[in-house]
Amino acid sequence: MNQPVPLVEMRNISKHFGGLQALTDACLDLYPGEVVGVLGHNGAGKSTLMKILAGAQTASSGEILINGDVADIQDPNDARAYGIETIYQELALCGNLDAPSNLFMGRELHKWGFLRKREMRREAAEALSKLNIRIKSLETDVEMMSGGQRQSISISRAVHFDAKIIIMDEPTAALGMEESKKVVDLIQDLKEHGIGILWISHDIHDVYNFTDRIVIFHGGKNVMTARTKDFTQDEIVSMIISGTPVKKEAAV
Amino acid sequence: MTMFEKIRTYPLTWIVVVALVLAFALTMASPYFLTSGNINNLLKQVSIVAILAAGQSMVIITGGIDLSVGSVLALSAVTIGWLIQADVHPLIATFCGLAMGTLCGFINGFIITRGRIAPFIVTLGMLGIARGMALVITGGVSYQILEPLFLTIGNSKFLGLPIPIYFVIVTYFVIHIVMHYRVFGQHIYAIGGEERVARLQGIKVDREKLKVYTISGFLAALAAVVMVGRLAATPPSVAQGIELQAIAAVIIGGISFTGGRGLVLTALVGALIMAMITNGLNILGISSFWQQVLIGVVIIAAVWLDNLKSAARQ
Ligand SMILES: Nc1ncnc2c1ncn2[C@@H]1O[C@H](COP(=O)(O)OP(=O)(O)OP(=O)(O)O)[C@@H](O)[C@H]1O
Ligand SMILES: [Mg+2]
Repeated sequence: MNQPVPLVEMRNISKHFGGLQALTDACLDLYPGEVVGVLGHNGAGKSTLMKILAGAQTASSGEILINGDVADIQDPNDARAYGIETIYQELALCGNLDAPSNLFMGRELHKWGFLRKREMRREAAEALSKLNIRIKSLETDVEMMSGGQRQSISISRAVHFDAKIIIMDEPTAALGMEESKKVVDLIQDLKEHGIGILWISHDIHDVYNFTDRIVIFHGGKNVMTARTKDFTQDEIVSMIISGTPVKKEAAV
Repeated sequence: MTMFEKIRTYPLTWIVVVALVLAFALTMASPYFLTSGNINNLLKQVSIVAILAAGQSMVIITGGIDLSVGSVLALSAVTIGWLIQADVHPLIATFCGLAMGTLCGFINGFIITRGRIAPFIVTLGMLGIARGMALVITGGVSYQILEPLFLTIGNSKFLGLPIPIYFVIVTYFVIHIVMHYRVFGQHIYAIGGEERVARLQGIKVDREKLKVYTISGFLAALAAVVMVGRLAATPPSVAQGIELQAIAAVIIGGISFTGGRGLVLTALVGALIMAMITNGLNILGISSFWQQVLIGVVIIAAVWLDNLKSAARQ
């Protein structure tokens, strides 16, 4: 069988913070048009692994391959250049700025260094309306918005710039039901466009219904990588909690 | 937002109203206040602090502070004086003075970003270093500067306004454009808002900060050029403590001390308000001791008002 090249392959990633070993030989891969659920208990190392891919942190050891080639990701700009966009768990917005400024932060539209404010505003309005985000005025500083509105801006930002790989670290945690549904629809839509998505969530129900594969971590180590439907929800929960793989014939 | 709402919430509106009320009160108190002689005097007084406050605003909006501007001003002035007394062409001397201030600012920024040392500490160090160097270069003496270039800057008028005012106008015009119409300015506000976020979104935080401190150093040197013109001399002890006046102007203007918020133009009005208080109390014959008390009160009141405003925002 002719396996396509994975979009992302993280091999034997280890990371320690001083004496604390957050990740030990963590591995993960992601194919185009695939949604992979990244699971694990609090502190399992999920966010750390995602931050390493996003360039927000660097691994102590291990390597990252993008489209089969070794990638050197030292900072967020490197990751972006590889088409990696991230929705961070802790909100990554500047409260003192409005939605368009946040959406275009670090890659403002400009001509000779002069901001193209009107264009950014228009594009921001368009991007936000795609997610049906209700924001009274684009000029409002985001610190005056609700958690969900802010989260939606983060999400719009990640999908606006032609990403190939999107990391979503608990994207629906701050959202209401309707908005969560929108995000799930969005994920389906992105998937159809061949984008690979890494989705961290503690909502086992969503994960079970909307991911193709799961990767489970425990204490910074891989427990299991499998097609989601090879296990039941209960089995997955049990692996997250115990950190020991459930034996199965069908396991990949 | 309605037009009225826009005007009401624009940061410049209230501070200008305060300045106008103060001007009106002083005019009522003394007919001398509004004479052209006094206004010219006031504008000359305000110019140096105003130029420094422009740089200081940028620094404070990034969430930092520059305590070294007074000393850097002195070192730049002394550089100019020393070169002129060594028969260097005044334009070249001026250029070297500007380069000296810019270099000091660059060093500040370099150490802050590379050494990860708090701006307060680095610029406090530079406050000592630059002042000390000014004294070392001159051996403590003040050079007299009788070059026409500087006499013109210090004493002439253009279209009825003293020349230093044009330095102020150009400075604020350029900085305003930079802060609100350039990508660089957008980055400065982002860094002041949440530095970690700015970094995650790919803003080259260290490079932008380095630029900001360099600009502050350059503006200190520009203020030195005006100072040399006004004094017709370059005493190495000039402008001691002026950094606190620049910082006060920024605070009175309502620029947030924690960064990320405020309009540079308000620092100009802040500087004007301080100058009006000093000038007005002089005219009214109130002792300079009381002036210090009053300015202290105004600074605290300004921040208190600002806190009330941000409390209302939340
Ligand atoms: N910057 C840091 N400095 C020190 N330790 C850290 C840092 N970031 C994470 N850690 C530690 O690394 C471990 C993994 O944290 P991580 O945030 O990756 O967990 P997580 O799986 O995302 O958990 P959660 O589900 O709660 O988000 C934790 O023990 C955490 O305390
Ligand atoms: Mg996490």
